[in-house]
Amino acid sequence: MTEDVSQPLVATPKPAAGFLRAMLAVVWKDMAAELRSRELLSAMLVFALLVILIFNFALELDTKTRSTVTAGVLWVTFAFAGTLGLNRSMAMEKDRGCLDGLLLAPVDRSAIYFGKAIGNLIFMLIVEMIVLPVYSVLYNTNLFNPGLLLVILLGSIGYVAVGTLLSSMAVQTRTRDVLLPILLFPVVIPVFIAAVKASSGFLMGVEMAEIQPWLTLLVVYDVIFTAVAFMVFDYVVEE
Amino acid sequence: MIEVRKLIKRFGLKIVLRGLDFQVQPGEFVALLGPNGAGKTTFLRILASLSRPSMGEVKIAGYHLPSQASAVRRRLGVVSHLPLLYGDLTAEENLRFYGRMYGLPVLEQRVTEVLELVGLAARRRDLVRTFSRGMQQRLAIGRAVLHDPDVMLFDEPHTGLDQDASNMLDNVLREVAVMGRTVVMTSHDLARTADLASRFDVLSRGVIAASIQSSEIDPNHLLAFYRQAVQES
Repeated sequence: MTEDVSQPLVATPKPAAGFLRAMLAVVWKDMAAELRSRELLSAMLVFALLVILIFNFALELDTKTRSTVTAGVLWVTFAFAGTLGLNRSMAMEKDRGCLDGLLLAPVDRSAIYFGKAIGNLIFMLIVEMIVLPVYSVLYNTNLFNPGLLLVILLGSIGYVAVGTLLSSMAVQTRTRDVLLPILLFPVVIPVFIAAVKASSGFLMGVEMAEIQPWLTLLVVYDVIFTAVAFMVFDYVVEE
Repeated sequence: MIEVRKLIKRFGLKIVLRGLDFQVQPGEFVALLGPNGAGKTTFLRILASLSRPSMGEVKIAGYHLPSQASAVRRRLGVVSHLPLLYGDLTAEENLRFYGRMYGLPVLEQRVTEVLELVGLAARRRDLVRTFSRGMQQRLAIGRAVLHDPDVMLFDEPHTGLDQDASNMLDNVLREVAVMGRTVVMTSHDLARTADLASRFDVLSRGVIAASIQSSEIDPNHLLAFYRQAVQES
């Protein structure tokens, strides 16, 4: 039987309102901290720009071949820069014990996961939106294609959904910087394959019927892995 | 307020807590003493719902852990040797963030009250990374009392603090205890705990090896009591 103790200052919120409030609080906190430090975005951006620059000099391609490799180069760049961001985002929580601070809050822990995932997605999309025009100039390829932007959004959601979950697991270990890509890349292979195929399809003007299965795969992957993360995050972060 | 029965915690093959029993009455201030590796931090993390017990029963304010963890967290404030604060946010932004996580209804007023309580009202708009270790620890206490919890857990709160900062922290700890909260604090510093606690428990080899009320022991004999408890465990 529950003891008769004084009521705490914290009201018991409606679950949905509490979930949303906590999720938005985590997003706000990540944005505010990043606005001050610019640590995460600048690292991701510099890394991404260096990768496309290196590819530009390494692959001395003619115009026709360039269009065929664009999707691959883009997604390799996003994947590497994204890993850097995911690692840094969770390491910031762990280093000063802030992850414990989050876990001590009386909220559904999946709200913390979604807050972190949305923050990571925003950072990744910002980097992608800067990389695209730079790539267009360097490779003399027009990337402003609505279909390509949709693929980038869907691919990024899948990547971040899995990446946020695995980075919260990897951050508990001493070898977190090495462990995250080792855990993450095999799991996100379906996202990369689907994203590269769909991106390539849109850039080369392939018919929608051929691109559709890849888009469907991306949507299914996003839904499944978001649901899996929602279910297992509590167990991943608790000892 | 806190009831723990036959608590066992294993990490793989290693057993850290071996059938630990522990009770704390409302308003008590218990100092949990013990050598390194005795399981103090593991025990506190279980009480804080950050770690799951392998076996045994844990009840705080009548709620079971881990099944009613959310209700327990609402009544719990935790301070560890790490500040659990964001260096790139100001003092008030940190408190506002945690206030939102706890769903505090009148947030701004409460943030101001807490900053005054821990003596940081004048530095409310400064980034936490510019604070000294002592100031960060005081703000960490502010974060922990923000939602007015019934139970406070302190895990080595004096770690890394100089003499002045430790004294200042003790004053804040006394204020927190005077408010009628139940407090459990782990520490290596017997002299400091002697001034603060109403009961001393010695945790050694995964069990409570000895327990004594502060009224039953001369503070000068606390070290001898502690050594004897550890040796006999």
